[in-house]
Amino acid sequence: MPTSLVEGASLLAVDVGATTTRAALFDVVEGTYRFVALGAAPSSAEAPASDIGLGVREAIEKLQAISGRAFLNKDRALILPGQPDGSGVDAFAATLSAGQSLRTVIVGLLADVSLESARRLAETTYARIVENIDLTDHRRADAQIDALLRARPDLIVITGGTDGGASRSVQKMLEAVGLACYLMPAEKRPAILFAGNQKLNDEVKELVGQLTPALHFSSNVRPSLETEDLDPASFELAQLFTRIRRGQLRGVEELEGWSRGHIYPSAYALGRMIRFLSSGSESGVLGIDLGASAATIAAGFNGKLTLRAYPQFGMGEHLNTLQQHTDLEAIARWLTLDIPSSTLRDYLYQKSTYPSILPATAEDAAMSQAIARQTLHLATRKARQDFPAEVRSARPDLLPFLELISASGGSIVDAPTPGQSLLLLLDALQPVGLTHFMLDRSGLLPLLGAAAGHNNLLPVQVLDSGILQNLGTVISVVSRTAYGNPVLRVRLNTPDKNEVRIEVKQGSLEMIPLAAGQSAKLTVQPLHRAEAGFGAGRAQTIPVSGGALGVVIDARGRPLQLSNDAVRRRELLKKWLWTLGG
Amino acid sequence: MYAPTTHILPLTTIQRERLLPVPGTVNVRINQRVSATDVVAEGRWAREHVLLDVARTLRISAALADKLIRCKTGDELAPNTLIASGRGIFPREVRTKREGRVVVVGGGQVLLEVGDVNIELRAGLPGMVTQVTPERGVMIQTAGSLIQGVWGNGRIETGLMISMMDKPDSVLDVSRLDVSQRGSVILGGVCIHPDVLRAAAELPVRGLILSSLHASLISVAQQMRFPIVAMEGIGTLPMNNAAYRLLSTNVKREVTVNAEAFDRYSGARPEVIIPVPITHEPALPNDIEVFAAGQQVRLRAAPYYGTVVTLVNLRAGLSTLPSGLRAPAAEVRTESGELLLVPLANMEVVG
Repeated sequence: MPTSLVEGASLLAVDVGATTTRAALFDVVEGTYRFVALGAAPSSAEAPASDIGLGVREAIEKLQAISGRAFLNKDRALILPGQPDGSGVDAFAATLSAGQSLRTVIVGLLADVSLESARRLAETTYARIVENIDLTDHRRADAQIDALLRARPDLIVITGGTDGGASRSVQKMLEAVGLACYLMPAEKRPAILFAGNQKLNDEVKELVGQLTPALHFSSNVRPSLETEDLDPASFELAQLFTRIRRGQLRGVEELEGWSRGHIYPSAYALGRMIRFLSSGSESGVLGIDLGASAATIAAGFNGKLTLRAYPQFGMGEHLNTLQQHTDLEAIARWLTLDIPSSTLRDYLYQKSTYPSILPATAEDAAMSQAIARQTLHLATRKARQDFPAEVRSARPDLLPFLELISASGGSIVDAPTPGQSLLLLLDALQPVGLTHFMLDRSGLLPLLGAAAGHNNLLPVQVLDSGILQNLGTVISVVSRTAYGNPVLRVRLNTPDKNEVRIEVKQGSLEMIPLAAGQSAKLTVQPLHRAEAGFGAGRAQTIPVSGGALGVVIDARGRPLQLSNDAVRRRELLKKWLWTLGG
Repeated sequence: MYAPTTHILPLTTIQRERLLPVPGTVNVRINQRVSATDVVAEGRWAREHVLLDVARTLRISAALADKLIRCKTGDELAPNTLIASGRGIFPREVRTKREGRVVVVGGGQVLLEVGDVNIELRAGLPGMVTQVTPERGVMIQTAGSLIQGVWGNGRIETGLMISMMDKPDSVLDVSRLDVSQRGSVILGGVCIHPDVLRAAAELPVRGLILSSLHASLISVAQQMRFPIVAMEGIGTLPMNNAAYRLLSTNVKREVTVNAEAFDRYSGARPEVIIPVPITHEPALPNDIEVFAAGQQVRLRAAPYYGTVVTLVNLRAGLSTLPSGLRAPAAEVRTESGELLLVPLANMEVVG
């Protein structure tokens, strides 16, 4: 029996989101770890409660009611460790995305080198960059100080100088940071992460150590001009995020105590799992979470992770500024119903004021899904620019080949049918090649990522138990052939000797049902040098397993072109939806 | 299940904290009565800073420059004050260009605060000072009607309220504004045209209480120097019946329009306060509620966004909504008697 099974049996993991708090129980069932049950409650980070502990306890109490086990004592404190009477848990872990995005200043030497690394580093957590300073900044030092004061940062990320390289220029920028911090009221001073020239660590401590509530150091994100290494710094930033939240949100400190420090930003914890899932994979693995606080994109390529959290593309409070990144028409083109753009605009403001509202009417559901498509599209397009250059893709303007896409977030997983969820993902992401689509309905991946800090066997066994809903296998084909011409021949053979053959035409979307639990052999024969993920024009036979939608062939073209005629466009969107079961 | 609240109350005790953004002086004491326009605290805030690099200008080391610098932290300096001079027959000098206060000296540099502005913090509502936070501000308590809104432009003012509304979905038209309304707080309806805001500014009015504000007017409204509160937020929505009834029965009374921006984390809400003389102190509003049958609730999403309805029945488990979504929900009855199924996430308790 593995050691970890002996050491710690049950684990309770809690995710505190902007709108919902979820508590999940993992325990050993018949010798292996399993996901047992989930309780959920509205988050309570906002006024008047202003204490995440209320939502956490309510979620745990729901979990108690579902599982029939007691986790809280009469004082509503967590029973830790598990007791002989079956109450309590042996370990606790938590993830956190609630709270306003961190107002962040990035400081670097060269705009396109260390400052870019600082930007990429800041984007691994729920940060909003409000100011930046680099060597090409021609403002006087006092103007920089005033800019820093106006920015009212929660966090300053400082990079710059290769190891053993430039130090004077970094020192100069540190002076501006130090003076600005000095001028701020003590309770409003930002936390600082230094991830630059390691030779300067002592000096940084001397210059700003007394002027910040939290000064963290990590290894240099740019040890040399050619090398970027964000991983150690992003772990340090995750720690710093929790520390900042401790000062902003009541209840975080208690969770830190329960979890013995195993509390992470939800995005970081998701990234950890995606990195694990991508290890040894030839194609990439993409994890997306479209939450109220941010759109998180985690892309893993053989163990190498690109993690980005974009608060500006979240489905909550930032929706009132979405029009700074896209126009209403771009969102409206995804609407399946005839809804005036003024109604869509008002909905953005309403959802921004009340991020927890649910689409109760068909019109609101159509608008919510249209917004989700566009925000996810924008977030993925932005993250793609930071994917490793060497990853394989059919064209530079398209997503690289991805073996698995796992999605979570209310707008996606709460869609009334699996077809609506899958079509939303296909429209927004527009993948190419052979991809398995999974829904993380309960948002368990980040919780497993946090649990991995306690017990690295638990996530592996729980994942193996099939916690993700298999939506289906999608073949997205790219071809230059004209609309209506055949691009692909597909043959599906099941073990019971059933055979389905279809010829797929350019511009179409097709589905071959294959129920969950069934397996089959899929033969894909591209025509006219079409690319289906196996090389231009190359055929392949692959084993596939069934899912909610079986096998889907998306030959609608990349990028997806929608008609300018609103009526025709809506008809087509409805037709595609109907193809996937409505 | 813990329920969000919005306050639409005819009589309650209202406590509001008024704090300076920077340390300053508090001008009032505990148990002092204040009017809405009284300055309860004031402070100074430097808009800019000037960094004088003495070492670099005099081309000397930082240590030597520190010895030559003639000012110290806290000194108030007039323009052209000598900060330091070098040595030699024609020594270089460092002088101030603007009036300022020295905030820090060291490393061969002097940092000055310049461009001070006075900040005057007004009470914003008439009442009693119940608490003083030294150097920062006060807590003021009053009794009266409290009507919370959704959107505000950040201003605060007090004045006599007059109504331009005939019904909850009235549209405020520029032709209805005239000089007789000068200095008043106007209870308007839906505002869809920028000319209305400009005409109100020209009169000028002391405040606008709107049902809703068209999205295209947000930036114009934010520039206005008088407070604007949109009870239902952004869009073209009628005012909820509870707020409309309470406001329209209080016309010709002194009201405070606090158009503070909606902040979910601090709990700040734009609101209208109508002080009422009392003999007994009424109860404080309940901030934390639990959904229950019989409550008045305000709908926060379509259909009937903003409408105040009665919660009839809390459904057990999950219910399937017209959109196909499944969520915890309740049956509510509108004033016209229509029964609706609404997810709990889309409602807030009125109380």
